Amino acid sequence: MPRRLLKPGVFVACLLPLVKLGVDAARDHLSPNPIAESMNRLGFWTLTLLLASLAATPLKTFFGWTAQMRVRKMVGLFAFFYAALHFTTYLALDQAFDFSDIGADIVKRKFITIGFAAFVTLVPLAVTSTDAAVKRLGFRRWKRIHRLVYVAAVLGVVHFVWRVKADYLEPALFALTLTVLLFARFVPARGKKASPAETGKPKNAGQESLSRT
Amino acid sequence: MWNLKEAEVTPESLYVRRREFLSLGAAGALGLAGSALSFSCQASAKENPSPTFSNLKRGNFPTDEKQTPIADVTTYNNYYEFGTGKGDPAENAGSFHTRPWTVALEGEIKKPEVVDIDDLIQRFPLEERIYRMRCVEAWSMVIPWVGFPLAELIKRAEPTSNAKYVAFTTKLDSGEMPGQKRNVLDWPYVEGLRIDETMHPLAILAIGLYGRTLPNQNGAPLRLVVPWKYGFKGIKAIVKIAFLKDQPATTWNKMAPGEYGFYANVNPEVDHPRWTQAKERRIGEFFKRKTLPFNGYADHVAKLYTGMDLRKSF
Repeated sequence: MPRRLLKPGVFVACLLPLVKLGVDAARDHLSPNPIAESMNRLGFWTLTLLLASLAATPLKTFFGWTAQMRVRKMVGLFAFFYAALHFTTYLALDQAFDFSDIGADIVKRKFITIGFAAFVTLVPLAVTSTDAAVKRLGFRRWKRIHRLVYVAAVLGVVHFVWRVKADYLEPALFALTLTVLLFARFVPARGKKASPAETGKPKNAGQESLSRT
Repeated sequence: MWNLKEAEVTPESLYVRRREFLSLGAAGALGLAGSALSFSCQASAKENPSPTFSNLKRGNFPTDEKQTPIADVTTYNNYYEFGTGKGDPAENAGSFHTRPWTVALEGEIKKPEVVDIDDLIQRFPLEERIYRMRCVEAWSMVIPWVGFPLAELIKRAEPTSNAKYVAFTTKLDSGEMPGQKRNVLDWPYVEGLRIDETMHPLAILAIGLYGRTLPNQNGAPLRLVVPWKYGFKGIKAIVKIAFLKDQPATTWNKMAPGEYGFYANVNPEVDHPRWTQAKERRIGEFFKRKTLPFNGYADHVAKLYTGMDLRKSF
């Protein structure tokens, strides 16, 4: 794919699940319980995109790929976007803004508590996702804040695990993927002790400032 | 009066899916994507082909609540033997063989037998019972069942004085029920009732819905319907009815005893540990409605539980 098409391509790809949701809703293909179906799909894509954004660094470490680093931020922001839609669907459609019920849910239902916590954890990351925020905060502080993404991902996956009744296959796959992605960060980076040829490669300008390991 | 050969026709082919529905403007509904919530209701125009069962007696405990469209009743099912997704049973149960089929009556009874399903059904006058169905997952439907009182079967089996509980078992056949290939639950599915519960006139064994033979995904050829209890008590595809001295170990109760009790009476006061049971979403409705004690059947069944702590025996 030509370099200039990478970002638009990923942007469109990230929107496809939402488009499908809209089309299915319009065609009455969201099961007899469309609100539950919408929440399930939006939650699924939140976790999928969140884990995809966490895969960027290991892909670079292990395979030397770098293209994904240019879309990591966008994918992460889409994860937040889907999380916001998921949460808003819960507030508006599932609960019809009944805040006494919503409050009770968040306090008493641990899977909702932890899902809410995951969403709240993502907010500062989304808010500080701009280059300006990196400058304002300073890279080190910005990077520390953005390590919260690991917390959010763990909370999000536990939210899913605690939600299901008996069939743990899907949440287990998310948990396994997340575990691999987290442990991958402890493995020495490829090329750390590499040949001069490799270390001598020029760094991709502009990437370092946004990298979070 | 009714014709089983005709009943073998795949039920899904009999009707067109046109139903009242919620049309969400998808995520756009949330205002975040900019589009407004579109929330429309289309009139139901379900074609009703000639019913399998005619001249059915209208049974007791009627409700005038709006019945859940058959397309919803037959496509939104918890029936893990055919997959854990709500749409899986409708997709995977089509080739399930409900004939030949036998039901074993055994245990503490004077007349143990293994009876052919059609012989069994012939013994009892069929009737229509329109019941609310409340799932433990906080959604509900209104379903017109065809069946016969469970009490009639129990009486004919002549339980001994030792019979205190009745256990029902679903068919075990992972070739026919692909969901049983995965150990999601401890197969075969087992459910149970106290013997006095089985004698209650509300409890029925269903062989049909909406005037025709029960679709496979709804539990054909024979399922339990106990409308004052959560839906998971309504065991499907029954092959064995055992009369026991002791309370049987039931499937969901074994799986998570803190979440699914043996009694599983619908109770808005006792929450599932992971979600509230105070409200429910009636399929096809937007706003949740309040869940009623014993699913609205308290006047009929509450007396079965006099003196029991329903928080402990949930």
